[in-house]
Amino acid sequence: MNSSNRIYLYPLWVRIWHGVNALGIIFLIISGLRMQYADVDLFGFSFKTAITLHNVAGVSISVNYVLFLIGNFVTTNKYHYRVELDQLVEKLKLQSNYYLSGIFTNEPAPFPVSPKQKFNPLQKYVYIAVMYVLVPLLIVTGIALLFPELIVERIYSFSGIYLTALLHGAIGLFIFIFLIIHLYIASMGKNPLIAFRSMIDGFHDVSH
Amino acid sequence: MRYFKLLLIFSFIVLFSGEEAIGSTLPEESRQCLKCHANQTYSYYNDWIEAEQKRMMNPFYIIDTTLFISGVHGGFKCFDCHSSDYETYPHEAELKLEPLSTCIDCHGGDDTYADFQFERIEEEFQKSVHYEMAGEAFSCSKCHNQHYYTPVTRTSHTVGAIVSYSNDMCLSCHDNTLKYQTVSAGQGPQLKQVHDWLPSQERHFKSVRCIDCHTVVIDSLMVSHNIMNKSEALRDCNGCHSSNSLLKASLYKYENLQSRASDGSLGSVFTNEAYIIGANQNPLMKLFSLLLIGFTVLGIAAHWVLRVLKKK
Ligand code: HEC
Ligand code: HEC
Ligand code: HEC
Ligand code: HEC
Ligand code: HEC
Ligand code: HEC
Repeated sequence: MNSSNRIYLYPLWVRIWHGVNALGIIFLIISGLRMQYADVDLFGFSFKTAITLHNVAGVSISVNYVLFLIGNFVTTNKYHYRVELDQLVEKLKLQSNYYLSGIFTNEPAPFPVSPKQKFNPLQKYVYIAVMYVLVPLLIVTGIALLFPELIVERIYSFSGIYLTALLHGAIGLFIFIFLIIHLYIASMGKNPLIAFRSMIDGFHDVSH
Repeated sequence: MRYFKLLLIFSFIVLFSGEEAIGSTLPEESRQCLKCHANQTYSYYNDWIEAEQKRMMNPFYIIDTTLFISGVHGGFKCFDCHSSDYETYPHEAELKLEPLSTCIDCHGGDDTYADFQFERIEEEFQKSVHYEMAGEAFSCSKCHNQHYYTPVTRTSHTVGAIVSYSNDMCLSCHDNTLKYQTVSAGQGPQLKQVHDWLPSQERHFKSVRCIDCHTVVIDSLMVSHNIMNKSEALRDCNGCHSSNSLLKASLYKYENLQSRASDGSLGSVFTNEAYIIGANQNPLMKLFSLLLIGFTVLGIAAHWVLRVLKKK
């Protein structure tokens, strides 16, 4: 493998952001499950530790999220998140077909990675949904639960906190699902660990 | 101090709302007492100097008429409990020594009140740290003011009201050195510090009762009265924060709360009144989560197998 078929795709700030976010989300999922299913006593650490861990990780990824927004604002990274409606459905179909059949027969990827196009269309819209819809909702509901006096006391006959917590938990679940799929897709390269190295040194391998 | 302020506010209200406020439903004898005892100041005719005199009422001796009337003993005359010799002013000094009836003196062994199980409450109370420390000096009245008592736990429809009524009893003493020292020589520990291991302390104290952690629940008794030694207090978060939360057997067991929930199920009391992490497990949500995670993992496994097989 020589360095000519490796492109520098992930600038340092993105990698640091991604690392912090990944760690934070993993801690949040673990401590969140520990709290939600408190009687099962998953993972063997105390409820109180779970609360502290969840609070610290939650605040960290919130701050980190703001840095992500600022980073996107001042660099060109934002272009990877630009919505392009032109032929959107066709592009999504193409990429889905690749994942569902082409990949098994070693067909070339329809949208090869390039510095201009870091994400394939499917990936892009999933990331947009996660980063600009789910994560903000998660942060807002999380802050509300941290300061429950901010929450409307009662929505019809339900406690406002209960509904907020339900929403928070549901989004948490979706992000958990996202993480599982994200990790799997990341492992589909030539070598399952190659994408993880990219997240450390910033180079993407385009040899195939 | 807080008590004192409240008392002041109440007495202001009574003062400025004039004499009509001294409940017209009250018997004449009681109104006679309340002419002075419902107000911050009182006046009397001084025979010695032959003049009308005005003085300030001891704030601890001011009776809140509204609370009095709405309490269980609201139909009583003052003289039903206090000596009728209080009629004259200045009151005779000896009257201070008059023994007053306790709850048990009047309610003990009376079938009319069987539902409240006064005797069992007394039995339980006599095992408590308070009784062990101070004996008879720690009377029921230290917690239950005979003037105003209402059994809020069985009449209120909100958890919040039950919690604050119950906790105020404890705080009226544990947060008030003056009252604390009527039963102890020492100075009570700061509750904030004692409970600093409990996160969101303020919120907990508004949504659970002190007795939910400090007593053993007895199913057949509405309110457990055996305050245990501090070493036996509940410290385990999972005691409440789990699907078999012990609050179900204590704070959330009351029928008056249940009746408000449309389908009478406990779950709705939970969702109506509070969100308790770990205890509010929505069964639908749980099923949905498991299915979603299950399908994701299966999908990935299938995809992976195909990839491995076809690539060869
Ligand atoms: C159900 C019985 C009961 C009734 C009715 C009652 N009291 Fe009392 N009262 C008590 C008890 C018991 C105490 C003593 C409380 C304590 O020691 O903690 C007390 C204490 C007092 C005190 C404070 C005296 C002190 O030394 O602490 C005043 C003043 C007082 N009552 C006035 C009244 C007035 C006025 C009325 C009528 C409106 C009234 N009470 C009706 C039972 C009663
Ligand atoms: C002087 C006697 C006396 C004392 C002392 C007394 N009570 Fe009562 N109590 C009564 C009587 C009589 C009634 C019934 C009043 C009525 O029906 O209007 C009553 C009513 C009640 C009720 C309402 C019962 C019902 O069926 O609704 C409760 C609860 C109660 N008392 C609790 C207490 C507690 C707690 C104490 C002690 C802090 C206490 N009482 C002290 C005589 C007393
Ligand atoms: C350390 C404080 C404390 C002491 C002392 C205490 N109680 Fe209570 N008691 C409570 C609390 C808290 C409640 C729950 C609030 C309520 O509904 O009154 C309660 C409730 C009650 C009730 C209502 C139960 C029901 O079924 O609705 C009765 C009756 C009662 N107490 C009687 C007594 C008697 C009799 C004594 C003395 C032997 C006594 N209490 C001593 C704290 C105390
Ligand atoms: C009239 C004052 C008074 C009231 C009301 C009161 N307490 Fe206390 N309590 C005390 C005193 C004094 C002590 C100190 C006992 C000692 O030093 O051993 C104490 C001790 C305790 C302890 C510590 C026991 C230990 O092991 O050291 C607990 C727990 C407690 N109270 C809980 C409560 C609760 C819960 C309530 C309300 C339901 C309540 N108290 C109401 C005066 C009060
Ligand atoms: C979540 C459970 C919980 C609640 C709610 C709670 N406590 Fe405690 N409390 C404890 C535990 C556990 C201890 C023992 C702490 C220790 O020994 O370090 C304790 C200790 C105490 C002590 C003994 C302090 C000492 O060191 O002597 C008092 C008094 C007390 N609590 C009063 C109260 C009062 C009053 C309330 C209501 C306002 C209350 N507690 C609410 C769990 C609780
Ligand atoms: C006696 C029962 C009880 C115990 C013990 C208890 N909790 Fe709670 N906790 C509650 C209840 C009830 C609520 C819901 C408060 C609300 O929403 O009004 C709550 C809420 C919370 C919250 C959310 C507060 C907020 O600000 O949103 C946290 C965090 C929490 N508990 C952590 C803990 C930890 C950590 C422990 C153990 C050290 C613990 N609890 C022990 C009953 C308990």
